[in-house]
Amino acid sequence: MIKAVMVMNTQGKTRLAKFYEYLPVEKQQELIRGVFAVLCSRAENVSNFIDAESIFGPDSRLVYKHFATLYFVFVFDSSENELAVLDLIQVFVETLDKCFQNVCELDIVFGYSKVHTILDEMIFGGQVVETSSSEIMKAIEEISKLEAASNAITLIPKSASGWRSR
Amino acid sequence: MEQLKTIGRELAMGSQGGFYQSKEFLDLVKSIGEARSKAEEDRIVLGEIETLKRRVSEPDIPKRKMKEYILRLVYVEMLGHDASFGYIHAVKMTHDDSLLVKRTGYLAVTLFLNEDHDLIILIVNTIQKDLKSDNYLVVCAALNAVCKLINEETIPAVLPQVVDLLAHPKEAVRKKAIMALHRFYQKSPSSVSHLVSNFRKRLCDNDPGVMGATLCPLFELVSTDVNSYKDLVISFVSILKQVAERRLPKAYDYHQMPAPFIQIKLLKILALLGSGDKQASENMYTVVGDIFRKCDSSSNIGNAVLYECICCVSSIYPNPKLLESAADAISRFLKSDSHNLKYMGIDALGRLIKISPEIAEQHQLAVIDCLEDPDDTLKRKTFELLYKMTKSTNVEVIVDRMIDYMISINDNHYKTEIASRCVELAEQFAPSNQWFIQIMNKVFEHAGDLVNIKVAHNLMRLIAEGFGEDDDSADSQLRSSAVDSYLHILGEPKIPSVFLQLICWVLGEYGTADGKYSASYITGKLSDVAEAYSNDETVKAYAVTALMKIYAFEIAAGRKVDMLPECQSLMEQFLASHSTDLQQRAYELQAVIGLDAHAVESIMPSDASCEDIEVDKALSFLNGYIQDSIEKGAQPYIPESERSGMLNISNFRNQDHHGASSHGLKFEAYELPKQTVQSRIPPATLASTEFVPVPEPMSVRESYPTTIVPSASSDAESTELKLRLDGVQKKWGRQTHSPATSTSSSTSKKTVNGIKQVDGSNTSNSSTWETYDSRKHVEINSEKQKLAASLFGGSSKTEKKPATGHKISKPSSHMVEKSHVRKSSMEIASEKKALVHQPPDLLDFGEPTVQSSDPPSVDPFKELEGLLEPTTQLGSTAAAATNSPDIMGLFTETPGGTHNKDDSDILSSLSKQPVTNMVGGATSTQVAQSSKGPNRKDSLEKDSLVRQMGVTPSSPNPNLFKDLLG
Repeated sequence: MIKAVMVMNTQGKTRLAKFYEYLPVEKQQELIRGVFAVLCSRAENVSNFIDAESIFGPDSRLVYKHFATLYFVFVFDSSENELAVLDLIQVFVETLDKCFQNVCELDIVFGYSKVHTILDEMIFGGQVVETSSSEIMKAIEEISKLEAASNAITLIPKSASGWRSR
Repeated sequence: MEQLKTIGRELAMGSQGGFYQSKEFLDLVKSIGEARSKAEEDRIVLGEIETLKRRVSEPDIPKRKMKEYILRLVYVEMLGHDASFGYIHAVKMTHDDSLLVKRTGYLAVTLFLNEDHDLIILIVNTIQKDLKSDNYLVVCAALNAVCKLINEETIPAVLPQVVDLLAHPKEAVRKKAIMALHRFYQKSPSSVSHLVSNFRKRLCDNDPGVMGATLCPLFELVSTDVNSYKDLVISFVSILKQVAERRLPKAYDYHQMPAPFIQIKLLKILALLGSGDKQASENMYTVVGDIFRKCDSSSNIGNAVLYECICCVSSIYPNPKLLESAADAISRFLKSDSHNLKYMGIDALGRLIKISPEIAEQHQLAVIDCLEDPDDTLKRKTFELLYKMTKSTNVEVIVDRMIDYMISINDNHYKTEIASRCVELAEQFAPSNQWFIQIMNKVFEHAGDLVNIKVAHNLMRLIAEGFGEDDDSADSQLRSSAVDSYLHILGEPKIPSVFLQLICWVLGEYGTADGKYSASYITGKLSDVAEAYSNDETVKAYAVTALMKIYAFEIAAGRKVDMLPECQSLMEQFLASHSTDLQQRAYELQAVIGLDAHAVESIMPSDASCEDIEVDKALSFLNGYIQDSIEKGAQPYIPESERSGMLNISNFRNQDHHGASSHGLKFEAYELPKQTVQSRIPPATLASTEFVPVPEPMSVRESYPTTIVPSASSDAESTELKLRLDGVQKKWGRQTHSPATSTSSSTSKKTVNGIKQVDGSNTSNSSTWETYDSRKHVEINSEKQKLAASLFGGSSKTEKKPATGHKISKPSSHMVEKSHVRKSSMEIASEKKALVHQPPDLLDFGEPTVQSSDPPSVDPFKELEGLLEPTTQLGSTAAAATNSPDIMGLFTETPGGTHNKDDSDILSSLSKQPVTNMVGGATSTQVAQSSKGPNRKDSLEKDSLVRQMGVTPSSPNPNLFKDLLG
């Protein structure tokens, strides 16, 4: 089971945090800080795995991947395979990239809800439900289409919706 | 140049209409990005919270605005600030009709609330309604909330709807309904136990996505109860076979592997099902073997599947052929330059050595390399492996290494773990007592506050009892060496409390035993300890008791006792201590000193901490007293069982300790307060180990059973009681140590066995290396060789002759791997660049040389771009293989190359080599070209935007920014 997904930048600012077991906000912050402290102390050319038991309690592993200014961090238990999770991060980032066209840190900050939608398509209640990037994209596109449709009808006059639809 | 940047920004803003949040939000993000310190950030966020508080309470906010406020709240909470004032608004949003608003509301509540929050009650109704919605996206959003927000009590409210959704026409909904059901199962297995069969049914779903998702709950179900799912082995095997044969839609291919994530899940399940089951395992051999052959070991995901295969092979009933493939795969992992693969290799090795221990030896040097690697994760994994393969032959080297590492780290959690492992290994395999005590001293010195107090008690017992042999001189030698080392250690500045307690106890018992040190020397040391650590009551108590023992031994030996002045002042201080425990000890000390030699000897016999105390369970010494009382007209005692007429005594005891929590009402009398046993109570006869407690509310009697319990129960049964016993021991060294005799003597016997093993395994080991001699292939420095030899049980002769065949293969494979491992993302980036430079109609020029012709560039922003199409990595590996002049290297790499064109015939590939690689290279470049939609310009724009927004606060330009947005 996946316990948490975090995205943070190289300065330790959280860009996304999703915990699949409920944790109070303070605890979440503490964990994020703990993770960042470990991450930033790691050398360049080492493995992507970290022994996370001291931060997240027994039976927890951590896999991270460093892209440009961002760390993508997945925390999970022994029912997942580390290398596979590394590729899951890859799928996630690839999907983000397809979705935002050349994703950058800023997209993740502003496309906050969209990033969550993507993540929800991949991981549901802590389990990996979808691993095909194109399937996820299909779902996301459908969602935004329907959202835009329902939005146009109920919320905003045509003229205003123009600038919002990409 | 400046102008160009501006244009870039403008373009970026224009094309990125995606940033549809308002300017306020942009400003917030920007100012947080520019914040120089955490305090500044907090100030900004608190300001934002005030604004939001004001805004959300305004009447008639347009929904679109409200949605944005909620998202800002989510953002604020992500930064660690309390946004609870807005929760109710998020809940309200879930009631909305608009899909967009509703989804945002659901997103916010799943992030904000937990299943026990007060507001949940307001959502359950909405969820119920939404689960029945016609719009499948609404249903999905509701299911998402169900996973996060429904607790045991509310499951029945939504369960029927969720079950209905299992047959929903949309596969996305079915998938999520399965997961929701799984979540219910996790939260409360009983509430959905009648629905478990649904998981089996969904395994046959038409949609591979749903099937793949169903594997998650099935994995969990199988791991809790293997036997009821044995019938599914055939189905799982056939699914795995179909997946491996690429029967699934192309969309599930990932880096040219057919649905690797599904393969991994299936292999995990098969590993569970085949464990210890020969018949089930036999069904799996073919398919697992196939996967071993088909796996593409040049991609990360291929290795993930390979690793899972190894795990599966090492879990199911062993099959020699598969074990061989697994060993091959492991050696490929370990030889790799990638730390990730080494890590997996070490882990896999740890699994496989359980079945075939001999494979560890051929990897000894790789293991040692990992041990010396700067990567902490890898190091720890390697220690885990070493821990698993410790034998009496290599225990010294391994434990030494562990201790060195333990001293070097600061992480308390891991320090504790590794300390307890050291202790465990030392206890199990110690070659000599001396060594054992040395190791323990080191562990206590560096991690004393982290190890379990029981470890210290075990060591005390060990020193007191010796090692079970009848050789008294050896025992006393051990003790005096312990005393020597402790007196030495006492000179160190800061010693952990547990270690001090141990030292005090040993000094008290054996400080003067061999006559080397005078009583005044030892007592002086002890009072120094009590003074130096004056805020540690436990240490002081140990010190006082030790003093008392020393004095008692002196008196018993007929020598005159002169209390040192510092001892005297210490005693005065303790006599008036606030701690009653210390006070009592001090008074006892005073009393003991006043007694004559004979009395002292019977209270405090020297070196008697492990004598048995004989307990008269029938309390026969009271017979006279009872007789008297009865004669005087007292009521005779009626046993408990007769009085209540139903409970037998052992039941009573059980209930007393464990049953209380399971019963609503407690009918038995409360446990009596524990009393310490006065040593002066004359020990009576009767030495049977059976023990029947007498639940009579008489304190003197009761105190016997409670102290004796541990001897009757097994060691593991009641640690709590045992600990209490240890507490008592401080005061009355003699008695309470005795009950544990049986356990500790068994430990020491084990050690004896271990020593005996040494000879046997030594000979067998040396014979095995002879065969491995030929496998050594690299020149290694002698120090490493020595280490390897001692770890794996051999002398340095092991690594003499590198066999020629392997010598060739090594550098070549090395080279190949290097080219593929070295910072893959960078490599891709450089390759990308090369491709971008080419005009798009050069598609056919995709020759393997492309990537090498361009110098690698290190543009960090390229890295992100690089993840667009990592498949190119494959091509580059194949290309590297062609460049390598070595035939062996080509041979090893062929599977990777040939894979691209579905040619699994390895033998033929040798001759076809150049062609294959051409194909491999060309396809991958093609793929890269065609999928390469976005271009450099795009990323440049982004880059500049990022910089300008202050996310990387190097060159912020707020004014310009305002203009753009304005």
